[in-house]
Amino acid sequence: MASPVPRFLPCGDTAVTIEFGTEIDNAVNALCLAFDEALKAAAIPGVIETLPTYRSVLVQVDPLVIDMPAFEARVHAILDGLKQSGAPPRRWTIPVVYGGAFGIDLEDVARAHGITTEEVIRRHASRTYRVAMLGFLPGFCYLSGADPSIALPRRTSPRLKTPAGTVSIGGVQALFASVEAPSGWHLLGRTPVRNFMPDRDPVFLVGAGDEVVFQPIAESEWDALDRAAAAGEQVAVLAS
Amino acid sequence: MTRLFVKDCGAGTTIQDAGRFGYQRYGVGPAGAMDRIALAVANMLVGNAPGEAAMEFTVLGGSFVVEGGPVRVALAGALADLKVDGEPVAALTSATAEPGQTISVGAAKAGTFMVLAVSGGFAVKQELGSRSFHLRGGLGGVERAPVRPGQSLPVAGAPQGPDLTATVPPKVSAGAYRVVFGPQDDYFSEAGKATFLSETYTVSAEADRMGYRLSGPVIEHAKGFNIVSDGIVTGSVQVPGSGEPIVLLADRQTTGGYPKIATIVSADLPRFVQQRPGSAMRFTAVTLAEAIAAAREQAAMLEAVRAGLKPVGLGLDTEHLLSVNLVDGWVDAHAPLVDPLADRVA
Repeated sequence: MASPVPRFLPCGDTAVTIEFGTEIDNAVNALCLAFDEALKAAAIPGVIETLPTYRSVLVQVDPLVIDMPAFEARVHAILDGLKQSGAPPRRWTIPVVYGGAFGIDLEDVARAHGITTEEVIRRHASRTYRVAMLGFLPGFCYLSGADPSIALPRRTSPRLKTPAGTVSIGGVQALFASVEAPSGWHLLGRTPVRNFMPDRDPVFLVGAGDEVVFQPIAESEWDALDRAAAAGEQVAVLAS
Repeated sequence: MTRLFVKDCGAGTTIQDAGRFGYQRYGVGPAGAMDRIALAVANMLVGNAPGEAAMEFTVLGGSFVVEGGPVRVALAGALADLKVDGEPVAALTSATAEPGQTISVGAAKAGTFMVLAVSGGFAVKQELGSRSFHLRGGLGGVERAPVRPGQSLPVAGAPQGPDLTATVPPKVSAGAYRVVFGPQDDYFSEAGKATFLSETYTVSAEADRMGYRLSGPVIEHAKGFNIVSDGIVTGSVQVPGSGEPIVLLADRQTTGGYPKIATIVSADLPRFVQQRPGSAMRFTAVTLAEAIAAAREQAAMLEAVRAGLKPVGLGLDTEHLLSVNLVDGWVDAHAPLVDPLADRVA
């Protein structure tokens, strides 16, 4: 891998964003995740935690401990020595009930693109997504790899509440949510999978760098899967 | 075990410690006490480490009956009365309450957040490394909820040694809030950045533990207001399409898609969070080096407070402490109170 030249963007005295790009790009995201791993392994004094995103890594620091010039030099050394992980990504299958009360914007999305709801589902569920980052609220998976032919700008007025498990699109981004949240995205469906459950081990299932495919299921399957998930079962299926 | 039975308390009463770190990569925000300095000072006064779990009040106080054993308590942050069985406790001083006695915290006379520390801290369940209640994540606090009347809160420790008083009061900065430009200051026009630094902004009614939306002149973007989501920190000043800034605070989200023009320096956040809706403010830009120097200065200030702790009754009696009103500097640092308390608490 060529040695990339990131931008160091100050976030006050307690953090710095190390930015590798400004757009959604799988190579940039892979670089962020690999750099994040290497930075964690380096255990640099004064680094409290790191947060990889689509295109950057936020590094939270203790301003009383960190030596910024030395830290920047160290970042460049880490980037020079960076190797991408050779392990294939984990792949999860996530069951989704599309449309109706589960995906109240499915028909609007279909109408906006002049296609049937079945075709929207087909296009959404036929992709293999990459989890570019977890963010916003606990366990929210932000995906890259969405089909641009069903993309739609965010709603002009965000909803104050969308349910846990919401599967949605916003622009060319795709998301599945884990807890109830406000959202301006378009709701296509809902999964019973709980990607964040503080009493379960593991607390989080799907992580950054994993792959995700959505599997349409019938509304009649919801109750049983939702009960199983509430009882702590993963419901999301990991390809072996 | 010693417990505090909650007779009554305001809706915005929660258990908070220094925050939850290490899980922002999973979307879990840090939560933690809004006023870090208040948390540290209250804890010091009861003999705890500065980040121990304490009770945070939002404008309204509460009253608590001690059960099981004695407890040492201290209050810091927004200006409010602390009483044990109706007897006032001097400012910046801890007091010991015996079983059956009532600890009461009055409503804030200035500022927003009070912190009540207890000996050993509150022994609520630790989740993902912290006892801080986080509303959106449903984590921490008292069984993942705020403090409510009728609950009985476990206290981890008995009072050790004498009650303490701070002979060196904590100091906070005054004047304009210092910010460091970035991470997305290049998304704003020169005029937009000048507006942000030269105009007066006011805390709107939309102000809670997640963030304070400010009202004031529109800050002009240079290239739209959508970015591909990236990381947020406590004190980030994001500017959505409306052009009015939102300062993100303890219960904030971890990532977001609006550009962030600047970040309030960590040393000024404890004062910033104590503002109420209607409070007016200005911002001034400093360099990163100046921001780090401010953080060092504040750490030294806290160390001076700690070094100045003296046992109560050793030449400093309560009457004397009440008469000198040690909190004057603390209160004056806050912007003047404009809106009534009722606007903040549902």
